[in-house]
Amino acid sequence: MHILINIAAIFFLVMGLVFFLGGAVGIIRMPDFYSRLHPAGKLDTLGIFAMVTGLVIYNLHHFSLETLLLSIKMFLIVFFVFLASPTATHSIVDAGMRAGLRPWTQKKKKE
Amino acid sequence: MNENRDEKNTGTVTTAGATFFSFFVTFIFMFATWIILSGKFDPLLLGLGIFSSALVAWFFHDLLFAGVSMKQTGVFVRFCRYMPWLVMEIIKANFHLLYLVFHPRMLQLINPHIIQFQTGLKSDIAITTLANAITLTPGTVTITATSEGRFRVHAIDRPSAESLPGAMRDRVAHVYGEKI
Repeated sequence: MHILINIAAIFFLVMGLVFFLGGAVGIIRMPDFYSRLHPAGKLDTLGIFAMVTGLVIYNLHHFSLETLLLSIKMFLIVFFVFLASPTATHSIVDAGMRAGLRPWTQKKKKE
Repeated sequence: MNENRDEKNTGTVTTAGATFFSFFVTFIFMFATWIILSGKFDPLLLGLGIFSSALVAWFFHDLLFAGVSMKQTGVFVRFCRYMPWLVMEIIKANFHLLYLVFHPRMLQLINPHIIQFQTGLKSDIAITTLANAITLTPGTVTITATSEGRFRVHAIDRPSAESLPGAMRDRVAHVYGEKI
C-alpha cells in the first residue's frame, strides 16, 4: 500500500516537473511576446496543480485530521493560483495590446 | 467559488431576508476558512473564530456575497459540476501545448493569430468566467472581453482556435442559466 502511494506521489511530482520544464523551455523557444505568455501562464498552472497533488498524496500517508487539514491548505494554494494566473496573464496581454505591439504571425516569417 | 457568487445587484432593494442570507453565507465561508487555517478545536479558539467571523460577516456581508439569494444555490451546484470538466479540458490542452513546445519544428507548427467572436452572454459574471476559462485553457488567451459579450482571443495555433467558442461557451451559459 505504501509503495502504491509512493508511486502515485512520484508520478505526479515528475509530471509537475515536466510541465514546469515545458513552461521554461517554451518561454525561450516561442517567437514573440504573446506566444511566450501561453507556456508561461498555463503550463505553470498545471505544473503547480500536479506537484501539489503529488505532495497531498504523499502527505496523506498517515491519514489523520491534521494531515487532512494540511492537504486542504495546500489545495487552497492551487485554488488561488487558478484565480490569479489567468488574471495576470490577461492584464499582461492587455498591456501589450495597449502599447501597440503587433503579434508575430506565420506570414511574416516567409518573407 | 466566490467569483461565482459575486453577482452585481446594487440596483435592487435588499430585503431583511436577503441581507440575513448573505450574512449567513459570508459567516459560513469565513468560519470554514478559520477552521481550515487554524486546525485547532479548543473551545476558546473556536469561540474566538465564531466571534471574529461574525464580526467580519456583519461588517462585510454586502461586499463579498452581495445580493445572493436562495435561488442561486442552483448556480453554485452547476458551477461545482462544471469545475471537473474544466480541469479535464485544461489537462488535455496542456498536453497539446507541451507537445508543441518540445517539437523540433515548433515554428512551423504554431500559427498565432487573433480571432474575434460574439458569445451572446449577458451577465458580467458569465463573461468573466468564460474569459478566465479561455485563458486557463492553453493555446488561447483572452485579450479583451466587452460587456456585450464580444471576445478577442489570441490563439497559438489552428486547432485551439477552432475549438472556440463552442462547447465552453455552452457550458458557461448553462451554469448561469442563460439562453444563447
